[in-house]
Amino acid sequence: MKRREIPGLRLLFLSMVLLLLPAGVVARGVTAEEIAPGIYLRPGIQEEFAPPNHGHIANIGFIVGNQAVAVIDTGSTLNEGLWLRRLIREVTDLPIAYVILTHMHPDHSLGAAAFRQDEPEYIGHKQLSGALASRQSVYLNRMNQILGIMAKGTEMVLPTRTVDVGEVLKLDLGGRGLYLRGYPTAHTNNDLSVYDDKTGTLWLSDLLFVERIPVMDGSLRGWLKIIGELGDRGCVQVAADSAPPLKAEASEGCKTVNRIVPGHGPVVTQWKQALGDQRRYLEIIATGIRKIIKQGGTIPEAVASVGLEERDKWLLFDQFHGRNVTAVFAELEWE
Amino acid sequence: MTAVSTMNHKGRRWNTCLQYTLILLCLCLIAGTAWAKDDGNRWFQIKSSLFGDKQIQSGEQILGLESPARAMDAAIVPITIDSKLEQTPDRYIKSLYLVIDNNPSPVAAVFHFPGKHSWETLSTRVRINAYTDLRAIAELSDGKLYMVNNYVKASGGCSAPSLKDPAAAMAQLGKIKFRMPEDYSQGDLLPTQLLIKHPNNSGLQFDQVSRFYIPADFVRTIQVTYNGEEVFTADTDISISEDPSIRFGFIPQESGVLEVHVKDSKGRTFSHSMDLPSQGKG
Repeated sequence: MKRREIPGLRLLFLSMVLLLLPAGVVARGVTAEEIAPGIYLRPGIQEEFAPPNHGHIANIGFIVGNQAVAVIDTGSTLNEGLWLRRLIREVTDLPIAYVILTHMHPDHSLGAAAFRQDEPEYIGHKQLSGALASRQSVYLNRMNQILGIMAKGTEMVLPTRTVDVGEVLKLDLGGRGLYLRGYPTAHTNNDLSVYDDKTGTLWLSDLLFVERIPVMDGSLRGWLKIIGELGDRGCVQVAADSAPPLKAEASEGCKTVNRIVPGHGPVVTQWKQALGDQRRYLEIIATGIRKIIKQGGTIPEAVASVGLEERDKWLLFDQFHGRNVTAVFAELEWE
Repeated sequence: MTAVSTMNHKGRRWNTCLQYTLILLCLCLIAGTAWAKDDGNRWFQIKSSLFGDKQIQSGEQILGLESPARAMDAAIVPITIDSKLEQTPDRYIKSLYLVIDNNPSPVAAVFHFPGKHSWETLSTRVRINAYTDLRAIAELSDGKLYMVNNYVKASGGCSAPSLKDPAAAMAQLGKIKFRMPEDYSQGDLLPTQLLIKHPNNSGLQFDQVSRFYIPADFVRTIQVTYNGEEVFTADTDISISEDPSIRFGFIPQESGVLEVHVKDSKGRTFSHSMDLPSQGKG
């Protein structure tokens, strides 16, 4: 079908843009802040994908060392990735040596092609490639449907280097080391965290949601185990699982965490509280669903009754809670 | 898991024929991506492949169809079909077709009933890829067709109709469970859930790593019997969710053995049985 330009539409659009100018020329979700020395966060808008937010809904950012830059997550589209690259170039000219993808979800992974020109190593969980490949057409179609022209040129990039479950990969950026850890199935089956030893910052990405409702796309039991261990231990493991067992306090193999960068929501220093909130939500739905399964109940019954007391505690509750209950029901049915 | 060779051979020819039809349909629909833009046309194609030019009547009096207005998890969309018909040996639902117009393979399942076990409600879970019409079509024992349909919106941006944990799904492949209330009486309708651990992998996904399409691996036939007598047989396809779940009801007239025989697209067979005493405890 041939598209016809409606006369005056462009002018109308321009005047609308001009009207918005006083509110800030810079659209939401396109600036980065230095949350700790050398660590820059481009905070995501706490919304679901929609044209007004350009798909800038996840926390993405970068870490600058003395010799190189590592990108952590890339946004929903090629354009968002390019925006992030521009922000990096405002800060430093150092080579972008690594692009780390924390998991498969489109709001984190689909801007990766923006960094091809830098020829970085793309690093992800060992199961990331398979997970992305099986979702490729669905994700790209959705982004095109929802974001239209803003998603133009978006394509998937698969990791060139991987981190296995329980494995830790250390990257040296010059003057700071990043420890990348692969997890067993939790938020997804391909979650990866990044720990910066210079500032004690743990970039947990979607293993932690702050203020926004957690989204379960892997295993509830696996997720509860990981956040439970992190909370109980109070430090982050930077040695592989095969290394000798750790003591429950900060040591060489288990490092102090000063702040956590969640995948969605503000950076937290009182991070045990944030982990606790997420744990509470996940445990409430697990308990409610187990009860319904025991009574022979169904998914729609669980969706209509479980965890509703959490509604006022989370953003986007109505958009994602039913989905969480559905997915968790199918998991717990096999206990 | 046990291999079984006790499948009911009756109707196999029809099954084979149906399988070819389903495969053909699936291929046609993948090839004709342009069709996806025209829902009406797509249903027209599906309809003529399944039923030729037989007339389909509005089925509000015969069937109820419950589905969420929006798919919450694209991989697990629960649907329930109610029989509003007073089923008798003279007039009963012989076959029930479940169609999801805009899925890559639109015919999700076809249930066949022998007419001996009346049922009131049937539930399963399906994958829904995109905004689509969902249809249940009943073929009655007199050959007449009745249809009900619902519109289902696709789920949010990060929800995909894919396996959440393929390794875990494969690890327990073939495990089967029956779930039913502990409390029941002979002669009453016994609500039963059948759960089959199976990745039910579509095979439509291009694996960028291996540069090949992932081979399909899904449940093809599910036959449930009570004391050797068929309760229902379902021909299933890739639109059925991972770890297929079917809730059905039947009336056990005497104590006996509830059995299920499952066959998948790779030719594996699985079976499971459960003894039902004349009366449940309670």
